[in-house]
Amino acid sequence: MFHIVVCGGIVPDPLQTLEPVKGPAGWGLKNELMLPSILDPWASHALYEAAHLAKAVPGSKVWLVSLGPKAKLQQVMMTVAQKAPFELVVADGPAGGFVDSFEVAEALFAAISGIAGLDASKLLLFGGWQSASRGSGSTLQILGEKLGITDQFQGVDKLTVGADGSLEVMERIEGGAYQISTCTGAPAALGWATGELPEPPNNPQVGMANMRLVMPALQKAKPAAVNAAAIDYQSVTLPAQKRETRVVKDTPVDVIAQEIIDWLAS
Amino acid sequence: MNERQSMETDIVCVGFGPAMGGFLTTLAKGIVNEDGSAVMESTVVPGLPPQVICYERADDIGVGVSGVVSKARGIRESLPELDPACIPLCTPITEEKVVYLVDPHGASRRSLPLKAADAALKLLGGKFPGCRYKDMAVELPYIPPFLEKHGGLTFSLGQFNQWVGNTVMATGAAQIWPASPVAAPIIEHRKVVGVRLADQGVDKAGKPDAAYMPGMDVRARLTVVGDGPVGPVGRAIDEARGLPMGHHQRDYAVGMKFVVDLPGNCPWKVGTVIHTIGYPEPEIFGFLYVLPGHVASLGIFVPSWFDNPVRTAYRYLQHWMQHPYLWKYLKGGTIRSFGAKTLQESGKNGEPYLVGDGYARIGEGSGTTNVLTGSGVDEAWTSGVQLGQAVVELLEKGLPFTSENLEKTYVARRRASWVEAEAKIAARSREAFASGFIPGIIGMALTGLTKGALCWPADSEPVHKRIPSIEEYYHGRISCEEITRIRQEATAKGLALHDALMDKVGWPEIEYDGKLLISHQDALLLGGKVQAAPGYADHVTFECPDTCRACAEKTCIEACSGQAITTNPDDGVPLFDREKCVHCGACLWNCSKPSKADPERTNVRFAAGAGGLHSAEN
Repeated sequence: MFHIVVCGGIVPDPLQTLEPVKGPAGWGLKNELMLPSILDPWASHALYEAAHLAKAVPGSKVWLVSLGPKAKLQQVMMTVAQKAPFELVVADGPAGGFVDSFEVAEALFAAISGIAGLDASKLLLFGGWQSASRGSGSTLQILGEKLGITDQFQGVDKLTVGADGSLEVMERIEGGAYQISTCTGAPAALGWATGELPEPPNNPQVGMANMRLVMPALQKAKPAAVNAAAIDYQSVTLPAQKRETRVVKDTPVDVIAQEIIDWLAS
Repeated sequence: MNERQSMETDIVCVGFGPAMGGFLTTLAKGIVNEDGSAVMESTVVPGLPPQVICYERADDIGVGVSGVVSKARGIRESLPELDPACIPLCTPITEEKVVYLVDPHGASRRSLPLKAADAALKLLGGKFPGCRYKDMAVELPYIPPFLEKHGGLTFSLGQFNQWVGNTVMATGAAQIWPASPVAAPIIEHRKVVGVRLADQGVDKAGKPDAAYMPGMDVRARLTVVGDGPVGPVGRAIDEARGLPMGHHQRDYAVGMKFVVDLPGNCPWKVGTVIHTIGYPEPEIFGFLYVLPGHVASLGIFVPSWFDNPVRTAYRYLQHWMQHPYLWKYLKGGTIRSFGAKTLQESGKNGEPYLVGDGYARIGEGSGTTNVLTGSGVDEAWTSGVQLGQAVVELLEKGLPFTSENLEKTYVARRRASWVEAEAKIAARSREAFASGFIPGIIGMALTGLTKGALCWPADSEPVHKRIPSIEEYYHGRISCEEITRIRQEATAKGLALHDALMDKVGWPEIEYDGKLLISHQDALLLGGKVQAAPGYADHVTFECPDTCRACAEKTCIEACSGQAITTNPDDGVPLFDREKCVHCGACLWNCSKPSKADPERTNVRFAAGAGGLHSAEN
């Protein structure tokens, strides 16, 4: 059996217009609290994989550890909690993606260390390989090290558990290839890419069961000790984008590829 | 997971809008203490407070709604501590204007008296004492008391809903689940015993596909229906029960809006509220509310009594924004958000049975919108508060949610309130618009100023009876041969007709600036952030395909707020793209063909669906 801890923050819902601004507490997003938010899509894959694994391996349990403003987390939980069974652990803090990844890892470490009954020898630390909010790809690695986990995998698309508890992990590597590694078992840290599972349907019964623990977790959430001054940014810009929207259906792949080549060439 | 699951709860609610916000806010105060402990016990989970679950079809509790100007009497009464500064995009009203806009292009369809009035204004407008004619517009010197919102609030309903929803959930008294469309009520022996959620993991036609999960049955002692003017649960109850004698739901409007970052030179101060009449067509009303942060919420209402078969709200909205009176301060602004929704404008005339065994109706779908005062959110909220008080009373007394008990508690409160009194005054205020714009304005003033004692009477007809053919509407302006040519060309390209027809009668082309004047598709992506999760069936379908094949107007395509319904080059039945639908429901009542099953309905079926707008600033 596994104790699976999934680390997942919240990010603005896709397509939102984002505008970085510097305030008294450092960099953030303009109107961030007005934007609808979702669980970071990379972490979502990790959560679905965790729930799938926990269902397959009897006795396993899933915790979702999240650093974010608790009012916003409460709202996001209403879109997540019907998808998979988990117990929420909240670190009340910023979620804009501007906090130094070491500070985030420290806050998550503190939250995980406070989980009662967590057995480190059975721990699988899950998270997103990247993040939709300025992910540096380093938080999970730092957190893994702080937890003393030496078997770490990034860009994971598949995890197979052997009968002896060993883990066979398929990771994305350069050139579009995969690397398959095996380790003897937990503890291990896995930064998930997209995984192989579709988004589960909303199950109201799962939602009702989760909410019995989500609301108390939100109510007793402690402010996370993150130091916004630990990192400074000389400048912050959004990726440049050029919009030329057309909606064309059933276009052959070759035509799409040629358009992209033409665009790059221009 | 192929068996339909069932779950029991105490109260199940459908749709999270202002009415449900009022209901849950009031209910929460009655069933849990401030420390979260139970005032009374659930019957399904003993030891806990009554279990209250609310299902909302949109993907978040703050998306898919609209800007508001409101006296906020009911909201303030139930939230006396309300500080507008605590809610983003909320501010007290500081200034109100009603403005008549003259057509600068001569392209709109105006009656002779209106043309004469416009000519007189252009010629002599600036010379009349007290008449402020400037930028082809007149600011009316007087706002009738029934219209003014002095002392009220203007705000984003999306942000308000987010604030209310989060406040309610923090009490622990209710769970509000977004992205959970409710397909239908469960009716057994003429009693509503709960709701059935929409099937998931199905294809466009609703057939089981990967990850199929039949929609769960959620059974409850009380079902609270607040799913708005086009909600499937409210309409299913109406279809099962019919409407009370003499009532009809024939009057609608689609409200389409932008939220705009105003340019630096714009002098409008926060809290300014502007209502416009007269342009882009006399029948189309406009609104502009200036919110905190140099932001404006603005848009138009296209009503069901606008007898134009190519009633495109989007193109008209772009012309309206470019009227000289508005454009001088909007030019250079940038879109932040876009959205559209249907308004149920039948009001008291369209009121359904408010209660029955096991259910109660609140909000816009229950006929709360007041078309005389131009107010709906406060009325909807108040109806929810009234039901909340009634339910707490029944729970305290241990009485069942029968039709009789709900009548004595909820309906009695509603009948005794200002909502009812004002709804009665407004009931016949808009009848005269069926006879034209000028009779409509006179009739409204007559009713408003006499507090309902007088009206300009006119017969009501279902929308499909009002919509003329395209040839009739453009008679004398575009020849039948030209319309046939335009129709053939547009159909072959999969386009709607309105752009070609409007160009033909003199509407100037829209010169996109990439900021505020953008394509409809870009408005969906940049403004509405429209998305749809896979695994749900198409929620817009056509009852009789042959009726569509024979239809020459296809108003559903022209009026679609998201370009989700499009011309089908291979068949006469329009195509529907769920991923572009904003769920405004305009297709439901804009269809020009009656249902064969019920002539009060149309040939469009509008079911429960997930997805849609993802902007919470509307």
